[in-house]
Amino acid sequence: MRAAFRTSWRAALLPVVVIVAAQVAATVTQLESDSLASPLAIVAAFFSVLKDGSLMRASLDTLMAAFCGCVIGVGAGSLLGILLGLFRLADDALDLTIELLRPVPVVALIPVVMMLLGFGARMEIVIIALGLLWPSVVLARTAVREVEPRLMEVSAVLQLGFPARLSKIVLPAILPQLFMSLKLAAGYALVVAVTVEITANPFGLGYGIMMAQQALRPAEMFAYLIWIGVIGWLVSLVLMAAQRRFFPAFAKGETR
Amino acid sequence: MSMTRMNVQAGQVEMASPVSHAAEPRIRIRDVTLSYGALQIIGGISIDIAPGESLCVIGPSGCGKTTLLRMLAGLARPTSGAVELDGSALGGPDRSVAIVFQDYGKALLPWRTAAGNVSLALEARGCPARERPPIIRELLEKIGLGRHADKYPSEMSGGMQQRLQIARCLAQEPKVLLMDEPFGALDAMTRQALQDEVLSLVATTGATMVFVTHDLEEAIYLGDRIVCLQPNPGRVGRMVDVRLAHPRDQLVTREDPEFLRLRRELYDLIKDDHQ
Repeated sequence: MRAAFRTSWRAALLPVVVIVAAQVAATVTQLESDSLASPLAIVAAFFSVLKDGSLMRASLDTLMAAFCGCVIGVGAGSLLGILLGLFRLADDALDLTIELLRPVPVVALIPVVMMLLGFGARMEIVIIALGLLWPSVVLARTAVREVEPRLMEVSAVLQLGFPARLSKIVLPAILPQLFMSLKLAAGYALVVAVTVEITANPFGLGYGIMMAQQALRPAEMFAYLIWIGVIGWLVSLVLMAAQRRFFPAFAKGETR
Repeated sequence: MSMTRMNVQAGQVEMASPVSHAAEPRIRIRDVTLSYGALQIIGGISIDIAPGESLCVIGPSGCGKTTLLRMLAGLARPTSGAVELDGSALGGPDRSVAIVFQDYGKALLPWRTAAGNVSLALEARGCPARERPPIIRELLEKIGLGRHADKYPSEMSGGMQQRLQIARCLAQEPKVLLMDEPFGALDAMTRQALQDEVLSLVATTGATMVFVTHDLEEAIYLGDRIVCLQPNPGRVGRMVDVRLAHPRDQLVTREDPEFLRLRRELYDLIKDDHQ
């Protein structure tokens, strides 16, 4: 406990020093700027957007879009990946298509999806889901291929049917990898969500940053920026804790 | 004293020998070959195995012992010839043929407890959920894991894990029990204990056993018959009957002159193959 406190104290040293230095610099130079803000001004701006409710609404919008996109993208991608991992034929048939689609940057889909679906949560969710689809396919496919061949033989000897083989052998075997896939996806989903909001969608935290910038309110812009960082950190903290709780061996980086 | 024992043993040989070569074989291996491309692994093996018989397979490495066993399990298809179970051709894995793999650590589900691992075989044969617990308890008791039902494989020793794999195979209620060097990775004491347990399980269930090993003494101790395979390609070099009394005993059986004679005979056979 004390050791944990000591390490977290050490980890906090650099940010604290930077913030204090920034505040000192801002005070000494009597900062008046359209692009920078002092830490105290940022804190004040944070509380003002917190009080008027805009921050919470924007956070909820972004988190909901990221969450839905994550569930749909990782869910569909993992399902496809599992099937491709199990059925060589399907993989042979789709491999080229996937390799062609995979390198398309998800940001490039923004205009296309926007034209199809217009603004709003739906369009953002679809873009996030599409961005997570291929990485999830590849991770799930690899995980299925790495299932202990001996276990597949055991299921063959026991004459397990396809549904039983999937639910009793394959899924439990790849569950830790699927969770890791979800953990990576969550961080990526936030990135894509904010990107979509900054470039197109009048909605969420990314839009909040854009508006603050265009209104020349740097303190509010930085408040949004830091808040996005905090949210990303909290999400990964929660997922890390869940991973330690449910897949302790995997969280330590051990193979089962 | 020793004469009396000899006589008793001789009597038991008559009584206990379940092998009647005239009976319909449980397994008939008919001129089986297996090739990967140009490489022939198995080159024409024919063996009949009687119900309840215990056949041990020995031979130098690369002689196709494991491949032969995998064909009996339906995990490998013969290139030509056929494996028959009770008179009908084996087209693939069959639940009445169980196989115990050597690498128990890989063959058990690490996310299931001992009870859960045994349960898998019951689930596979459609045993209703409420009938499973008593069967699982009985099987774990029988194999000496009664107190470890809630342990995960990672919490068990190698010997316990191999016991668990055997329990899962027994849950299949197999007619044929295939064993692929199951005790090769275990220490000597554990190995002897498990040999005796396997013998008594085979005797009580009446299962036919095919046991692959590279340990000549293990083959003699467990077998009613021993087949020596020769390599390149794998084929039957010699078939040896084991005329030792049942039930076998780790001390008495291993000191039996017949045991020593067989060991010498098999040793010479294997040694010739290695030259």
